Amino acid sequence: MTLSRLRARALGRPGRRVIWALAATVALGGGVAEAQPPIGIVRPAHEQGQPLSLLGRELYAGNCASCHGIDGRGVGSLAPQRGVGAVKGLGPSLRGVGALAADFYLRTGRMPLERSGKQASRQGPQFNEREIEALVAYVASLGQGPPVPQPHPERGSVAAGLHLFTEHCAGCHQVAGEGGVLTGARVPLVKHSSPAQIAEAVRIGPFLMPRFSRRQISDRQLDSIIAYVRLADAPVDRGGWGIGHLGPIPEGMVTWLIAVVLLVGVCVLLGRRLS
Amino acid sequence: MRWLRAAAVALLGALGLARGAGRRERVVQPGEPAPRSELVVAALLLGAAACAVAFCVFYATDSLGHQTQLLGLSLGGALALLSAALIVTGKRLVVEEELEEDYPEPESPDEQEQVTAIVRESARPLTRKRLLAGAAGVAGTALGAALITPALSLGPALDTESLYDAPWRRGTRLVGERGTPYRAAGIETGTFYTAFPEGADPEELGSPVVVVRLDPAALALPAERARWAPDGIVAYSKVCTHAGCAVAIYRKPLFAPAEPRPALVCPCHYSTFDPAAGGKVLFGPAGRALPQLPLEIDATGQLRAAGNFSGPVGPSFWGVRTRRPRST
Repeated sequence: MTLSRLRARALGRPGRRVIWALAATVALGGGVAEAQPPIGIVRPAHEQGQPLSLLGRELYAGNCASCHGIDGRGVGSLAPQRGVGAVKGLGPSLRGVGALAADFYLRTGRMPLERSGKQASRQGPQFNEREIEALVAYVASLGQGPPVPQPHPERGSVAAGLHLFTEHCAGCHQVAGEGGVLTGARVPLVKHSSPAQIAEAVRIGPFLMPRFSRRQISDRQLDSIIAYVRLADAPVDRGGWGIGHLGPIPEGMVTWLIAVVLLVGVCVLLGRRLS
Repeated sequence: MRWLRAAAVALLGALGLARGAGRRERVVQPGEPAPRSELVVAALLLGAAACAVAFCVFYATDSLGHQTQLLGLSLGGALALLSAALIVTGKRLVVEEELEEDYPEPESPDEQEQVTAIVRESARPLTRKRLLAGAAGVAGTALGAALITPALSLGPALDTESLYDAPWRRGTRLVGERGTPYRAAGIETGTFYTAFPEGADPEELGSPVVVVRLDPAALALPAERARWAPDGIVAYSKVCTHAGCAVAIYRKPLFAPAEPRPALVCPCHYSTFDPAAGGKVLFGPAGRALPQLPLEIDATGQLRAAGNFSGPVGPSFWGVRTRRPRST
């Protein structure tokens, strides 16, 4: 073994060790970071034994108060200012929103939000049933507000619902209830929502959605809208494949990209000579 | 009996013909027998038959789930198998032969040249080439114009007067879809309303307006429109200035400090207009602001127009920026 090769070995070993150590750090560090939930839900130590009122207050203090204020009045100025120390608004006041809003945001997993200003998106609820009950009761106790609505879609008319949905909702949510995009926001699906959640969203107007009062959409009309959305949730696809129910563009793409390619392939095969 | 005899004679004749044909020299060389391919073809044909029978069964059985899909699959399968059988037959069971045939030599080159010469020399000497060329040019141009003329039906190209008409005038009441007048107190924030001029045709381009109530402190209207928004209520034409779709989306933040500002959005190409700033374009392909309708609240609290739109309604056309709309 020559001297130079020896030197290379001597240098190579610690060098390689450093690389291995780095790789291990990255892998472990990455693993730990991924293992953490995106948002930590703070829970009281002995949750089971606590009365609902106390549980609601503690959960609110731990998970909601940083943005909605410890007294539920919201955090932040309505006129955001730029510059050092200026606090941009973090969250709206919850006084007077009632059980309706709390029930909607907690049951659709939209709250707690990862960070203020982000669009809340639908996911599995982040609290369990008893916790949600406690929080809804607590938020309702902050001020006079509407209760959780109890719609009766079976009393509504699907035909009237289609008309109303087209008039008020389809501009953003598409007539099939598939959602889409808007400048500055994603428009969620409405199809998989429960009747109560649809009624709540109509009355609240979450994020950039307008809100509709009883004067604009009566409870009776809301029943019809929900009846229509339930029909749109389980459409009868006569052809077997709905292709997203988005209309002629995806259907045309299936024709051109799949059917035409198949047909051209068959033609090429047919025209080939056998050796 | 006579029939039977005739049939027997015909059969014998046919056999004799077939035998006679067999004796003649073959045109196509006999290929090698391919019993496996024959088996495949038979199997494919039987499969097609099975699928077709299945189609009949599916058709007759009403209680099936996914009946439409099963019908399609069975009939499609039958046709696919049938075509596969035909393909295999054509490829494996029919003898293929390649034949090449050369083009024949030109038969009479002298005569061909003569014909060419006759054609070349028979044109009369042209003395007024320019006149003829000019006349042909005129004919071509006129024909082109005749082809383009029907395109005028797509819109008023020269007479754009009617595009400036809008059915609003000072004092016209704003009514809903069913003709009920809007009261200023009934216009809530955070939502939007569609209104029409009382007594006018709602289908007319200049009719529909979208009405929203904004915080009066947040309004940033041009100075000359300071009185157009009583109590923060503003009205804009509901027809997008880009392609004429209905501006059917009102985007409003639930929590203003952290979310995008209120806007009227057209769902066709996402042109986004700022209702607080006179309908200014915030985003999208629209080239000019939404026309604003000045409003006033009468003594009984009802919403009335205080004049006509700030600009022509609908998609842009020749000279659209130069004039104000006319009340019809």
